[in-house]
Amino acid sequence: MPLIDRAQVLHVAKLARLTLADDEVPVITAQLERILEHIAQLSEVDTEGVEPTAHVGVDRLPLREDVVAPSLDRAAVLAAAPDTVGHGFVVPAFVEE
Amino acid sequence: MTAPTAWEPIIGLEVHAQLLTRTKIFCGCATSFGAEPNTHVCPVCLGLPGALPVLNRSAAEMAVRTALALGCTVRARSVFARKSYFYPDLPKGYQISQFDLPFSEHGHLDIEPEGGEPRRVGITRIHLEEDAGKNLHGVAEVPGQSVIDLNRAGTPLVEIVGEPDLRGPEDAVAYLKKLRSILVALGVNDGNLEEGSFRCDVNVSVRRRGTEAFGTRVEIKNINSFRHVQRGLAYEIARLTDLAERGETFRQHTRQWDDERGRTVFLREKEGSDDYRYFPDPDLPALVLDEAFVAAQRAQLPELPDARRHRLTSVLGLPTYDADLLTSHPRIGDFFEEILRSRPGDGAFAKRAANFVMTEVLAGTTTHGLEVSFPITSSQLVELLGLVEAGTISGKQAKDVYAAVQGTDRSPKSWVESQGMAQVSDASALETICQGLIDQNPKQASAYRAGKTNMLGFFVGGVMRETKGSANPVVVNEILLRLLA
Repeated sequence: MPLIDRAQVLHVAKLARLTLADDEVPVITAQLERILEHIAQLSEVDTEGVEPTAHVGVDRLPLREDVVAPSLDRAAVLAAAPDTVGHGFVVPAFVEE
Repeated sequence: MTAPTAWEPIIGLEVHAQLLTRTKIFCGCATSFGAEPNTHVCPVCLGLPGALPVLNRSAAEMAVRTALALGCTVRARSVFARKSYFYPDLPKGYQISQFDLPFSEHGHLDIEPEGGEPRRVGITRIHLEEDAGKNLHGVAEVPGQSVIDLNRAGTPLVEIVGEPDLRGPEDAVAYLKKLRSILVALGVNDGNLEEGSFRCDVNVSVRRRGTEAFGTRVEIKNINSFRHVQRGLAYEIARLTDLAERGETFRQHTRQWDDERGRTVFLREKEGSDDYRYFPDPDLPALVLDEAFVAAQRAQLPELPDARRHRLTSVLGLPTYDADLLTSHPRIGDFFEEILRSRPGDGAFAKRAANFVMTEVLAGTTTHGLEVSFPITSSQLVELLGLVEAGTISGKQAKDVYAAVQGTDRSPKSWVESQGMAQVSDASALETICQGLIDQNPKQASAYRAGKTNMLGFFVGGVMRETKGSANPVVVNEILLRLLA
């Protein structure tokens, strides 16, 4: 029983906005299969009765006072982007929701 | 009202409300609306590698006040999760939101739909999350491109998810108006649909009346006015009913309201929650909202619109219509109550003051979000209404004085004095005028005494002419009745 099949690979590729060529799909599927097998070794550890842990070290979220701090210089910010128009970042066309 | 068919609409609303904090939810960038594009951005809200989010205390406080006002429970330890999806307005490739452990659940809202019975509807949950960036319309130079402003990215939002308890467009509008009035009264949101600080997604499906199971639902986005909610839902319910009648099935999807063409259009397939690959954000440990935190917020809750309205109707005896209008915005309610404070507990005065505020003052009042601008200050109005109550000027004169003092810092009292408008209530002065009139018009006087009682109007009119309308009509009537007896 494989850990991942062609349909799942295509679905994940779609979520990641990746276009896979037909001949890439079996290659990627085999590679992901090996990665999942590797990760699956973790399930050998007995975690019976152990609380899941998402964080270590800090028990509660620290809170910040609602005080304005300086933002970055716009010219510097825009200079780091691949493409800009006017004072904005160029992105693929989208419908605002 | 929509005519009932064999199919029953089932509606649930999701509202995203921006919290009125000074800074963003996870960084110190200012949240100010309308700033120059991309001037309120930093490594955290741009999603630059290595930047770490720190929660804004004020956002947590406002969120808790929202939950308490909506009768929700507050979870002692809630969890921020990453909702992963790629969209051009989302710099990090994920939105920090809450998923299986939101900070608040199980609330309710009491609605009074137009033409329907008041009733209580459920609120499933409220969670805290961050807003996305904004499309700068009309800036892109090439087709297939958009230009984005990330000032809004990271603005704190509460998402308020309602139960599918609503059954028509009127219910939905009543729900949104009530919810908005509460958020505005709390001071946590400015209730501005047009500018997008109060946004609504509508979930709707139809099912055969008398059955339990829900039909396939669609989500409608881009509804940015109460009128759009009403029209969009009416359209979509009719469309879904038609599909159901014809036995047509479809997949769950998202639609958009096109107000110009008056119809909804297909936007995209709905992603399942699995597709968002939610997992606890490793950068954010549990949000702890302990009893002391919640109690401190509970102590700060203002009087909510329903309670205020009830006080005005039950205690002061104002009609529901007046109370609705005068509590429609918290600042208008505050303004009116400042007037009432000049004569506490006086229901008759409250009604006269309400009439004056509704007919004169509100006509020139403008609201913008939480801001309201009145044409007259409450202390000027207290002085003006006081002049009427004391009989110094008549109600009719009050309107003239109002017209003269509005938009200025004039004192109504000084204005009345300077214009010689004071109503003559001095009985001895009026008696001299009345006696003079009776002496000059013996025929009319004896006609009155012979039983022609409508002749009284002749004398009242005469006094008004002599005093240029400034005589107190009540006092004039008393004197004439006595002298002509």
